[in-house]
Amino acid sequence: MKTFLSLIAAAAAFGMAPAALAQQAAVPEAPAAAPAKPQPVVAAPTAPGSTAPRDAISASSQASPAQPEEVSGADTADKAPSNASVLSSSLARTAPDATVGQPREDRIGFQPQVTPIGQEAAWFHNAILMPLITIVSVFVLLLMLYVIIRFRRSANPTPSRTTHNTLLEVAWTLVPVLILVAIAVPSIRLLAHQYSPPKADLTIKVTGNQWYWTYNYPDHGDFEVIANMLSEDEAKRRGEPRLLAVDERVVVPVGATVKVIVTSADVIHSWGVPAFWVKMDAVPGRLNETWFKTDRPGVYYGQCFELCGARHAYMPIAVEVVPQAQFAAWVASKGGTMPGSPQMKSGDETATSPITNPGAAAAKPAVGTGPTPTGGASGATETTPTPTNITPGTAKPAVSTQGAAESRRGSN
Amino acid sequence: MTDTTANAAHFQADHGHAAHHDADHKPGFFARWFMSTNHKDIGTLYLIFAIVAGIIGGTISGIMRAELASPGMDILPGLNGGDMDAANHMWNVLITAHGLIMVFFMVMPAMIGGFGNWFVPIMIGAPDMAFPRMNNISFWLIVPAFLLLLGSAFVPGGTGNGAGTGWTVYAPLSTSGSSGPAVDMAIFSLHLAGASSILGAINFITTIFNMRAPGMTLHKMPLFVWSVLVTAFLLLLSLPVLAGAITMLLTDRNFGTHFFDASGGGDPILYQHLFWFFGHPEVYIMILPGFGIVSQVVATFSRKPVFGYLGMAYAMVAIGVIGFVVWAHHMFTVGMDVNTKMYFTAATMVIAVPTGIKIFSWIATMWGGSLSFQTPMMWALGFIFMFTVGGVTGVVLANGGIDNNVHDTYYVVAHFHYVLSLGAVFSLFAGWYYWFPKMFGRMYSEVLGQLHFWLFFIGVNIVFFPMHFLGMQGMQRRVPDYADAYSYWNHIASLGFYILAAGMVFFFLSIIWALVAGRKAAGNPWGEGATTLEWTLSSPPPFHQFETLPKVD
Repeated sequence: MKTFLSLIAAAAAFGMAPAALAQQAAVPEAPAAAPAKPQPVVAAPTAPGSTAPRDAISASSQASPAQPEEVSGADTADKAPSNASVLSSSLARTAPDATVGQPREDRIGFQPQVTPIGQEAAWFHNAILMPLITIVSVFVLLLMLYVIIRFRRSANPTPSRTTHNTLLEVAWTLVPVLILVAIAVPSIRLLAHQYSPPKADLTIKVTGNQWYWTYNYPDHGDFEVIANMLSEDEAKRRGEPRLLAVDERVVVPVGATVKVIVTSADVIHSWGVPAFWVKMDAVPGRLNETWFKTDRPGVYYGQCFELCGARHAYMPIAVEVVPQAQFAAWVASKGGTMPGSPQMKSGDETATSPITNPGAAAAKPAVGTGPTPTGGASGATETTPTPTNITPGTAKPAVSTQGAAESRRGSN
Repeated sequence: MTDTTANAAHFQADHGHAAHHDADHKPGFFARWFMSTNHKDIGTLYLIFAIVAGIIGGTISGIMRAELASPGMDILPGLNGGDMDAANHMWNVLITAHGLIMVFFMVMPAMIGGFGNWFVPIMIGAPDMAFPRMNNISFWLIVPAFLLLLGSAFVPGGTGNGAGTGWTVYAPLSTSGSSGPAVDMAIFSLHLAGASSILGAINFITTIFNMRAPGMTLHKMPLFVWSVLVTAFLLLLSLPVLAGAITMLLTDRNFGTHFFDASGGGDPILYQHLFWFFGHPEVYIMILPGFGIVSQVVATFSRKPVFGYLGMAYAMVAIGVIGFVVWAHHMFTVGMDVNTKMYFTAATMVIAVPTGIKIFSWIATMWGGSLSFQTPMMWALGFIFMFTVGGVTGVVLANGGIDNNVHDTYYVVAHFHYVLSLGAVFSLFAGWYYWFPKMFGRMYSEVLGQLHFWLFFIGVNIVFFPMHFLGMQGMQRRVPDYADAYSYWNHIASLGFYILAAGMVFFFLSIIWALVAGRKAAGNPWGEGATTLEWTLSSPPPFHQFETLPKVD
């Protein structure tokens, strides 16, 4: 059990360590390609290198100004060669980090936590609850083994008739009470912290649908993103985990307090991201609120956690945490606007944003700038490679064009 | 000082039972087994019913573990002609059926209907239950209930055949989310099973309050009777709430009401409150009689009276009472306000106190005893430790802040299977082997029984312990396929199922062996430790026992 605990602790510590900031390997030599030609699905090797094809959308977004700093920031990207094919596509679709934000076969504890709440909760579990329940279980086991050996019939042929011991009975009532009170203090504190978020820097509205998620960004022009699961082949091609990868990730800026409003369009779903320690049911007719804040860029996978019908297993969640500048570019690519500059012209919205990220990524806040709202790619809207049908009624046409086109990016 | 023991020496008038009952009139086969009003025969019917349901529910878990043995959809598409949506829906039907069958048609009938019917009247020195005919209808309601549930698998239920809502039948998945008659049939099934249980509960309460033999005060009742008494109150108070909730589902589905439909002013969360107001007491309904059985078994094989009898009895009462005020810990992620969540966190943890009292009292009962390790004792020992493990993970889950991450993951699956599959089911097997000689008049084979125990014990632990890891890594419940990172422990769990299944082979072998070749059981095969009234009777007991009431001092 000791090894078990230290394993968990080590895993958590590892998760906290600044792992490769593998994002935004914005391809330097972005060629201005023709927009949106549907590309046949070529089995691009997941192997490294800049040889992996990039498609038109990515290229066109590369063409927008003010990317060089980000490129320079991508120094660590090639530490994860298996991610290269994903990196190559576009406006930096962050490559997943196999150690954080997704389950691992060789782990038995919690996923490494990247939010303050997650860290507090994981500490509460790993440092208090887990040792405690281990001690209790081992204590009971040892008592039983002792009794079994010491009082077996051959060793103790004449049983005692003791049936009461008031002191003992009071003790084994009071001691658990005290232990529980001791647990309750950090437990209640954790709950209080979960329910006292800092002032939100942005709001995302998450809507569960059978069987995909839609995301609205009400602070950013209320554009919508539709997230469908990637097919097995497609996920493999992009170097992402099967059943967890989605075509359209929900992108948030690093260091920002993200208020998440969760609701549903049909049955109850549950939006949960284990690495954030976030889980909130999506209930039709209700707007549930939760929040998260992480200083660590990366991709964090989650799933639907409430039985919602046949394809319950197939509506994953992928949250991509990116530097502010990249977030602004992404918002622009979705046809959204950054708050404070409805037309997205000046580059200063990030400077005025309340986000203060001490990390390196935020050191260049002014860069986020510029990408004018692209009109999105013209062209096919119905090429999502996912098995799920997008219900037409729930998607605004213009936005679904965005979403579909975006999803096609990287599908080459 | 309470003396919970009674033995033949205490009796004034139990002589000549055998002679008397030679002339006892037994009805013919049909009248005896289909129109029975005899508590022992009805108990046997319940046990047979539970075994049949357990075979079906267990087979379903076998299919599920086979599907989950490796990532990807391996089994179910083949059963559905390659139609993936039908296969996925079938998965939901399987988990729904597994849950409902194991809860309503295996554990409850076996615990309360089976052992409760058999031994509550005998243990309190009563000739039969208070309402023998109501007892009969209790049993015959649960048969059509089961048939309705099984039948629902063959009618449309939305994406495919059968009710794929989970055993919780949450709206709106169970209302607007599931067209077709399957969910209606499942709801009717629960109605009938609920009515059956309510009638049974009334019967037990009346019997225990009114038909105790002279001298059998409440504080002398064996702990198994106490456990059934508390259970019966839980049933009586919680099941009507379930009945109301599922009736509202039914009208939402068929008659245009909007109790749980937000678009009509209803609230899907209301259903969850109603369901779990029933559902949480329900988990104690499943485990409390198990507590009672384990108390009897531990005392018997320690040759020592139960330690802290009053504490044990009132711990069960406390668990029953607290069990009614903690329901929303099943709903920590529905969007509750922080104060509610804090309350339910604190209240839930309180349950650990009476549960701890029981665990320690069982150990103290063994302390200083003279322990022998026949099969029933092995199951009881397994129960005590496994229930502790399931209990401490329950303390973890009780923390609303922690539950946030593990809610609806395999951690929860591991937790409730530790308290049910390794708790309730272990106590059922303890009771089965403990009372088998009494019920059927023949000794089981100790070798087969021990093989059954060890294989089952090893198997269930291999199945369920890795699920803690899966849950903490984030694997969600109720999915037929999972991310590849979960494949290792799922594979291990599926291997464990085969060990468990091998153990069950020995269960059936031991039944056959005992009935065919088992030696005749004495009235009290367990010796001086077995002090409750059933051991004063012959094995099996006469068709009608205690025609002259025993007197307990």
